[in-house]
Amino acid sequence: MIRAWLIQHGLVFFLTLKRLIATPLTSLLSIIVMGIALSLPVGIYVLMQNLQAFSGQTASSPQMSLFLKLDVTQDSIEKVNQRLEENPQILAIQFIPKDAALQQLQQSTGLTDIAARLARNPLPDAFVIHTQENTAEALEHLRLTLQNWPEIEHVQFDSAWIERLNALLDLGRFAVLMLAMLLSVAIIAIMFNTIRLQILTKRDEIELSKLIGATDSFIRRPFLYFGALQGLAGGATAWLIMALAIRTLNEQLITLSQLYAIDLQLQPLTTADSISLLLFSGWLGWLGARISVASHLWLIEPK
Amino acid sequence: MITFKNVSKRYPDGYVALNNVDLAVAAGEMVFLTGHSGAGKSTLLKLIAAIERPTSGVITISGQNIAQLKPAAIPYLRRKIGFIFQDHKLLFDRTVFDNVLLPLQISNFDHNTVAARVRAALDKVGLLKKEKTMPIALSGGERQRLCIARAVVHRPAILIADEPTGNLDVEYARDIMTLFTSFNQVGVTILIATHDASLLEDTQHRILSLKQGKLAA
Ligand SMILES: Nc1ncnc2c1ncn2[C@@H]1O[C@H](COP(=O)(O)OP(=O)(O)O)[C@@H](O)[C@H]1O
Ligand SMILES: [Mg+2]
Repeated sequence: MIRAWLIQHGLVFFLTLKRLIATPLTSLLSIIVMGIALSLPVGIYVLMQNLQAFSGQTASSPQMSLFLKLDVTQDSIEKVNQRLEENPQILAIQFIPKDAALQQLQQSTGLTDIAARLARNPLPDAFVIHTQENTAEALEHLRLTLQNWPEIEHVQFDSAWIERLNALLDLGRFAVLMLAMLLSVAIIAIMFNTIRLQILTKRDEIELSKLIGATDSFIRRPFLYFGALQGLAGGATAWLIMALAIRTLNEQLITLSQLYAIDLQLQPLTTADSISLLLFSGWLGWLGARISVASHLWLIEPK
Repeated sequence: MITFKNVSKRYPDGYVALNNVDLAVAAGEMVFLTGHSGAGKSTLLKLIAAIERPTSGVITISGQNIAQLKPAAIPYLRRKIGFIFQDHKLLFDRTVFDNVLLPLQISNFDHNTVAARVRAALDKVGLLKKEKTMPIALSGGERQRLCIARAVVHRPAILIADEPTGNLDVEYARDIMTLFTSFNQVGVTILIATHDASLLEDTQHRILSLKQGKLAA
């Protein structure tokens, strides 16, 4: 029973392949159109993945400045240092004593006179820490925690750029989703029409098959296979387009990387993403065929 | 095997093609259905294979009520029947062999034996040498025999033929009738519709005659 079923499906699979190859130009054109349509959202997705990885690389340890209260004792400074060291979120700690800060201020601004005239150092002691968190929420949470320590007067960090980047990535994700949805509908429409034409040219065969006892699923099957296979081929084409585009871009980026002495290379799609792409495109083709078959087959009723 | 009780068929345009038909065909019987063109012969045959549904009445095949069959069950009914269509319905995009193969593919026959079955059917109707020919290259009589091979390849218990000798010369028509007789001899129940009176002259089989949708006694 299962063996017969497998053979049946295997036969349909090869018949479908044969049919794809029998009209090479039509099949190729549809596959290329699907490939190009799919490669647009996939391309943006790849760029975003790279942007995210890149931003994560350069800003993997955001900086935070902790200004202590003016009247802290050496003891409390030690305690703060110890507590910072115990915190797993914090990667590196640098202590900047107020004298050093003042000195640096004098040097960098050239305001030696004014500083010399001050009765006492107005600057606080400070810690500069690097954390491994890079999401806005985690950073804000850490800032609040530190702010509550009694020795600390003020915690400062610049979260704006992270928020901006995240907003940009969110926008990118939204764009990918919108584009993917629109183009999916386009692909379903292409497949709908392809199958519609096939059904019309096979009208006689379908009608006869119904007359001599073919079940609906038997009649549907070759069209569904056709849709899935063509969708799969479209997905593979999109993958190829992406692979070629990334390779070409990377060749260009090598020059740029050497100029700026940074590593600027686009990473290709991961294996998991590649498989998802193929499965999704195959499913799209299947769905287009399924809708087309559902809306056309019942029109062919034998008389 | 096949019974009609008070069966009427009214087409959507209001035309009553069959009017209160009662009949019974026993298993293994061979029966002719005659009548002028338009008498309702094709309609009656189509009702048996659920190609048309009756407006009223009860049709049974092996005790099963066809009129109440769900759409999903109809394919399985049709597989029990070999139907020879008045307009042939041959597929001209494939060989003689592939035309006969189709019913076996549809009923999911064992992959290893289908070729032998197709050749046996073609041999029976004398078309074995033409298995690779396209139907367009066949004569009228050969096409008719191809239809017969396709109708019997899956060894149905019931064979239904709608004007199987339609436009054939008397000689060819005789050949075809001999074929049907040989199927009947191995137990197939056969129903043949024809308006060709010459076919029925010296038959010892039962003849049902339709007149304007009514069965004459
Ligand atoms: N689908 C249909 N719609 C309307 N009228 C039909 C249809 N099929 C057949 N008829 C009519 O029913 C009558 C019987 O037709 P048919 O069963 O084909 O007769 P026969 O096969 O004996 O020539 C004819 O008058 C024909 O015009
Ligand atoms: Mg007729």
